[in-house]
Amino acid sequence: MTSTSESIRLNLTPPVRYVLRIADSCLIHAQRLAEWCGHGPVLEEDIALTNMALDLIGQARSLLTHAARLEGQGFDEDQLAFLRDERNYLNLTLVEQPMRRSSAHAPGGDFADTVLRNFLLASWLKSIWSRLISSSDTELAAIAGKAVKEARYHQQHAADWVVRLGDGTEESARRMQAALTRIWPYTNELFVRDGVDAEAEKSGLGPARDGLREDWLGQVQPVLAQACLTLPAATPFVSTGTLGRHSEHLGFMLAEMQSLQRQHPGGRW
Amino acid sequence: MTGGAEVNTREQAAWAALATVLDPEVPVLSVCDLGIVREVVCDAAGTQVVLTPTYSGCPATEVIADSVRVALVAAGLGPVTVSHRLAPAWTTDWISELGRERLLAYGIAPPGQACGSELSSPIRLRPRNLPCPRCGSLQTERLSAFGSTACKALHRCLECREPFEHFKPI
Repeated sequence: MTSTSESIRLNLTPPVRYVLRIADSCLIHAQRLAEWCGHGPVLEEDIALTNMALDLIGQARSLLTHAARLEGQGFDEDQLAFLRDERNYLNLTLVEQPMRRSSAHAPGGDFADTVLRNFLLASWLKSIWSRLISSSDTELAAIAGKAVKEARYHQQHAADWVVRLGDGTEESARRMQAALTRIWPYTNELFVRDGVDAEAEKSGLGPARDGLREDWLGQVQPVLAQACLTLPAATPFVSTGTLGRHSEHLGFMLAEMQSLQRQHPGGRW
Repeated sequence: MTGGAEVNTREQAAWAALATVLDPEVPVLSVCDLGIVREVVCDAAGTQVVLTPTYSGCPATEVIADSVRVALVAAGLGPVTVSHRLAPAWTTDWISELGRERLLAYGIAPPGQACGSELSSPIRLRPRNLPCPRCGSLQTERLSAFGSTACKALHRCLECREPFEHFKPI
């Protein structure tokens, strides 16, 4: 880690973008989950949310290290995590949305949002990881081989909660349906295809996002049905986080996440 | 010039030293019991050890690498190079028989077979009952899918009423 707090500029080739989209989605999702630390509705769930965050940060670290290698200017995982500007983050817009009702900067959702987002994303990540196992990039394949097991466990845990709350009390069902309706439009971005996807598909680096929808729906629909939740109608809205154009929430989060490294460049534990 | 037999003896000494390096989070399991030591090579350059990390975010990974270095240097086998290899991914199926016995004696239910778990349904509200590591009763229940470390879940025995941890099969 260098000892400057100035932002770094990456040479964003399509493969670097492809890896960063997954890396940043893991990192930002983990950061949101970690906001629950000490605030979980029950102790077990507090531990679960932070444990999942830890797995996701581990996955993000491996991916950021790999993205840095592909990028070629000699940056490391810490520089990528803490010294990039908002526009250089390529995470899905869904993961940067405030998760807790009492998030400091925005109204946020409730525990139903957390449960559903966690389930929808773990299912998406599981789909991607299981395809990346056969990536032409051996390092990416190795990271996927480990991460897919973790994503599977996260998905099982989140699915338990989706059913428990969706098919729970009248109030929990109402909140789950409301949360699903709020979240659903953001899932379009999980399955759009652009030049980065096309090139990754062509080179064998990894699957294009549009090719994941069927597998994802196949996992998600039975659980939502068992939870007595109704799939919201399709909307044309497509968020653009993976293009670097974010909602207003990411900037606040990065300001907090990066403040230590920006104020104390190169600071270590 | 180092002879083949001597190299062999040094590698045996290296494995013996590694058998004393304990997982900081489950301090009855050595790195050998855990099955994370993939390769040990002793040559003129010293000792090279290849480890496979357990969980992506396991905070013990770096501590373990440091402990391995310290133990091998103390055994006179330095300089030591520790590297990590991700593929094939670590599975709890690599935990040795001895490791499983040690876990059980320590009060942690050892993991069952991990193979095939990828075929299971995403919904699993009632995981199968595990034998209690203290009294052996099958009347147990899971309290929490996640526990004090990335690798464990929390259960309790309905018969002897004691809580216990389960090493999750992955």
